[in-house]
Amino acid sequence: MAANQIMFVLFSAMIVIFSILTVTSRRILRAAVYLLFVLVSTSGLYFMLNYQFLAAVQLSLYAGGIVVLIIFSILLTSHISQKFESSGLKKNIFSAIAALAGATLSIITILDYNFSATTEAAKEVTMKLIGSSLLSVNYDGYVLPFEVISILLLAAMIAAIVVAKKGAPKPTELPNINQE
Amino acid sequence: MNSGIPLQYFLILATVMFFTGVYGFLTRRNLITILMSVELILNSVNINFMAFNRFLYPNKLEGMFFSLFIIAVAASEAAVAIAIIINIYRRFTTINVEDVNEMKF
Repeated sequence: MAANQIMFVLFSAMIVIFSILTVTSRRILRAAVYLLFVLVSTSGLYFMLNYQFLAAVQLSLYAGGIVVLIIFSILLTSHISQKFESSGLKKNIFSAIAALAGATLSIITILDYNFSATTEAAKEVTMKLIGSSLLSVNYDGYVLPFEVISILLLAAMIAAIVVAKKGAPKPTELPNINQE
Repeated sequence: MNSGIPLQYFLILATVMFFTGVYGFLTRRNLITILMSVELILNSVNINFMAFNRFLYPNKLEGMFFSLFIIAVAASEAAVAIAIIINIYRRFTTINVEDVNEMKF
């Protein structure tokens, strides 16, 4: 067994185990930490596939940004020692049946389909190539999604600030403002 | 690099991760854990894009840029979702989806 196969088995075992723990853990902070393990293992898979830039983005944005945001909101909204009560057994069973049926169908389709790879030579993904493709308007350019995503990020930032900053006015406070 | 690992293994791994996220989305009742399940789903789609790009079309970069944009969308979605969750917590002092059953009128 080659080294990369051992690494793949390790990463995929970590991803499967920790993603199941993420959705079944009774303590919410532990679920967030399991999610962090899943995201870090995914970035390991990206390193294996030789996409170093995206692996770094995954580590810094997902594992560094989103998980910290989730943990902050957990600390703001729930007690750390609080345990969830189990959602009903019937609901669990039906959800598991739905998930298993979908997974079985997808895996059967994947194993059935005959994938054919292109024969052209692989392109070396350098940082220079990524930058010039992002800002190019030619056939291989991605300047339009780049601009759209920048507008989206700006809108999301403004929306997050506006939504989180404005507390809901209590109905009893409104008459007092009018009287003054 | 990726010799000896067929493309199907990556796809099966992503499928298992996706449907784990679906299971969590259906069973969880806390809003933050639902958000975490959605992150799992988005992440598994990213694995698919990267594997397709590397194994089937290594001369192009579409999969990589799509994953990059999905990560950006996921980040903005998480920011807005958490702002809404904190606002709901202020109003109802709970983030259990079954207790939050009325909208502002």
